Amino acid sequence: MNAVFYVSSAVAIAATCMVITRRRAVHALLYLILSLLSIALVFFTLGAPFVAALEVIIYAGAIMVLFVFVIMMLNLGRQAAEQERHWLGPRAWIGPGILAAILFAEVSYVLARGSADAGEAIEIGPRAVGLSLFGPYLLGVELAALILLAGLVGAYHLGRRSHTPDEKGP
Amino acid sequence: MLAAALFALGLAGVLVRKDIVFMLMSIEIMLNAAGLAFVVAGSRWTQPDGQAMFFFVLTMAAAEVSVGLAMALQLYHRLKTLDVDAANRMRG
Repeated sequence: MNAVFYVSSAVAIAATCMVITRRRAVHALLYLILSLLSIALVFFTLGAPFVAALEVIIYAGAIMVLFVFVIMMLNLGRQAAEQERHWLGPRAWIGPGILAAILFAEVSYVLARGSADAGEAIEIGPRAVGLSLFGPYLLGVELAALILLAGLVGAYHLGRRSHTPDEKGP
Repeated sequence: MLAAALFALGLAGVLVRKDIVFMLMSIEIMLNAAGLAFVVAGSRWTQPDGQAMFFFVLTMAAAEVSVGLAMALQLYHRLKTLDVDAANRMRG
């Protein structure tokens, strides 16, 4: 399990290096998704399967969909279609494909080993996390709901197309 | 150490890039590294508190990225660029 941890850490660092050195936003986004997936695997090897699932669902699912949506909206125009086809050519998939193949090999190794528990690391299941969240951290959960509401209202206010110059956030 | 390396990479991304979308991605990387540090600490002492804190970090990242991307859209519609240096005047 230690080897899985180190290999996925190496994949995470390599993918992150590729994120901040790409020129195209779409390519960087591919590597960013890979980085998040490898960090999810790191969480799994650390004995935190609940957080690993959250990482995949929320980060690699929801937040990356937001990024893709905004990049699409920023590329509106006549030439956007062939530009996108040019960006996502076969060469763009090679690097992410290799890293994703490494991650997939790791996942199949872990699954083939048959042991869902994390070796020497003691697993902390979703039950303990849920009890902790709704026990001593109940106020924090309420504050999280509040910050999500504030984010929703703020995104709506900033995102609508106002032609009148009104106040903006800094 | 992995968390520190990822955090450093995210910080470098914020500092060297001028595109606001790249800056938001780097902020995501930094928040993720902080959450990773929380989870590692919780795993080290076998407490669920680390994962609870990661949950809060995740919530904060979601709210932050929605507002940040809305600001990126607004910036692009007003100034027709994604360069953050173009928005240094705050004249609305």
